[in-house]
Amino acid sequence: MNETLQDSALITALIAMLGGAIRVSTPFMFVALGECLTEKSGRINLGLEGSLVLGAMVAYAGSFLTGNPWIGVLFAGCAGLVLGALHGFICKLPKVNDIAIGIAFMSFGTGLAFFFGKPYIQPQAPRLEAIHLGDWTGDPRLAQALEVNPLFFVGVALAIFLWWAFRNTRWGLIVRMTGDSAPAAKAMGVSVDLVRFIATAIGGFMAGIGGAFLSLYYPGSWNQGLSSGQGLMAVALVIFARWGPLRCILAALLFGAAGALGPSLQSVGISQGYYFFNAAPYILTLLIMIASARSKVAAREAPGELSITK
Amino acid sequence: MTLSIDAAPGRQARWSPSVGTLKFAESIFIPVAALLVSAALFSVFLLFLGKSPLMFFQLLWVGGFGSGFSLQNTLQRAAPLILTGLAFAVPARIGLTMIGGEGALVLGGLSAAAMAIPLVTAGVPAFLTLPIMAVTAMLAGGLWIGFAGWLRYYRGVNETISSLLLSYIAIATMNFFVEGPLRDPASANKPSTMPIGDAYRIGNIPGTDVHWGLAAGLVLAIGLHILMTRTTFGFAARVTGGNARAALAQGLPVGRLIVACTMIAGACAGLAGFYEVAAVHGQANASLVAGYGFTGILVAFLARQVPLAVLPVAVLFGALSAAGGIIQRRMGMPDATVLVLQGLIFVVLLTSETFYGRIPFLQPKRAEDRT
Repeated sequence: MNETLQDSALITALIAMLGGAIRVSTPFMFVALGECLTEKSGRINLGLEGSLVLGAMVAYAGSFLTGNPWIGVLFAGCAGLVLGALHGFICKLPKVNDIAIGIAFMSFGTGLAFFFGKPYIQPQAPRLEAIHLGDWTGDPRLAQALEVNPLFFVGVALAIFLWWAFRNTRWGLIVRMTGDSAPAAKAMGVSVDLVRFIATAIGGFMAGIGGAFLSLYYPGSWNQGLSSGQGLMAVALVIFARWGPLRCILAALLFGAAGALGPSLQSVGISQGYYFFNAAPYILTLLIMIASARSKVAAREAPGELSITK
Repeated sequence: MTLSIDAAPGRQARWSPSVGTLKFAESIFIPVAALLVSAALFSVFLLFLGKSPLMFFQLLWVGGFGSGFSLQNTLQRAAPLILTGLAFAVPARIGLTMIGGEGALVLGGLSAAAMAIPLVTAGVPAFLTLPIMAVTAMLAGGLWIGFAGWLRYYRGVNETISSLLLSYIAIATMNFFVEGPLRDPASANKPSTMPIGDAYRIGNIPGTDVHWGLAAGLVLAIGLHILMTRTTFGFAARVTGGNARAALAQGLPVGRLIVACTMIAGACAGLAGFYEVAAVHGQANASLVAGYGFTGILVAFLARQVPLAVLPVAVLFGALSAAGGIIQRRMGMPDATVLVLQGLIFVVLLTSETFYGRIPFLQPKRAEDRT
């Protein structure tokens, strides 16, 4: 790499943002894909924030106790699955509001994670290893930015699989139909409750894995302020991605870049307003929601049964 | 109808409770049952961990209500919960799920503290400074949550998510000002704004250790109860909450009602922030982010969004948090124990919604039963 490039603070900041986007986007991607599946079936689960936090804690504990981070990832998925299944089961009951239940599970999942996670704040658990993709560049900054976690690729593969499955499989059709019109699904002999239950549970599984990434890779330790609403932002992200799994990847990368804005500016010495830049993802989410709320395209692509779009 | 006379000849006239009484009984019975079920589930959880549920609930009682000291501690903690509970309950009556009370509280506290700096420096007397701070806090909170209400009606943005995002933005804003432009250089370990000074602190209600925020909560709860149940405004708001389309068809100013209700909500939470600054901490710092906004949601749900019912429920949750310390020490449990119990209550309570209108002995008798 030549001299001018080395010295340019702008390039450093941009590379840091690229690396940040790849690093920070993974949990967004998993929660958004889980939420996408849930919402496609016509239900909304705000409780994925709780699944994310609980998943992060369970993954860290699992990795610490078994010595294998991938077992931790599996545990995290199962923890998310349990919370998602509970959410799916309770929302099935008449007169129960799925948004309110989501808020309740957010606080229940977080409470459980803090309760059982207390002993794991100090110890060091084995973490997930990154794949070094950037060593050939010869630029240490770029090499560091291109250290990509395998879970990132799992997320991308999952998004492609969901995109394909929604379009081309019988299951995908059933989920979409349930989300667009429960009466139509009933007329076809589909059990609406069962489809939504399964979609919510699997959505919870994915959110749990997103949590595992937080505690086992980046930031890479378990503490109580780990998530700060990423699970909720992912819900807004699904609206922005207009319920398209592939667009979820792009949206997650965008959010990751926004989240990396503060740290990357700090890396070139701009620490003024650090906290303000930390608010960038929230502000971005809000602006996106404002911009897309009345959008005709979004209205056309939204699942018809979804309470959040009504 | 309060009395229904059995028309069939030869049978005795029977008293049957009115529909209103039954609905009231139902709205007491179901939340109380939900609380008991939560307590039972939590006991199982404790047994599973090898702890004594009996000891837990005993300590809860001792730490919450057992002595004059603990009762005052409970009431002290109930004060912000009343205000944040109202901040959820009022928009809920108009059909909105606003969960941004935490942000409005933090922003209210920050703006009150910021307003205090020039006033205190200029030596403006406390009896002028404090009301100005309170009004500033209410305005800040009101505009903040009112903005989410405005977005809901005029832009169609989901209010639950937008109010929560606004909460995170408010907390980041507070951190920004407290670490930067408004930082008191003397606050080394915990960045804070300039302390307002003892002369400007709000004292306690005479004869107690409870600050005046409790009285403010009491007055506001009663006032908002009257507003929501006895005035045209409240009626219009409840009609809108019942069916917004019907309200629009009736020519009600739905947009203005929504913005007004959300502003009232934000003002309540902002006022809670004012008391946290002026009575509890004496300055604005990260201690404002104490979760009162989120517990307020739970309080309002348990109170079934009735402003007056927020009072006793807030006291209950105040006791829960007041007893947290003693439970932690005596039973060797993490401080998140209370969070688990709260989350559990929340889930069970919302699940219990499904039983409204389905418990046989609480239903009005149908017409064919009486004839």
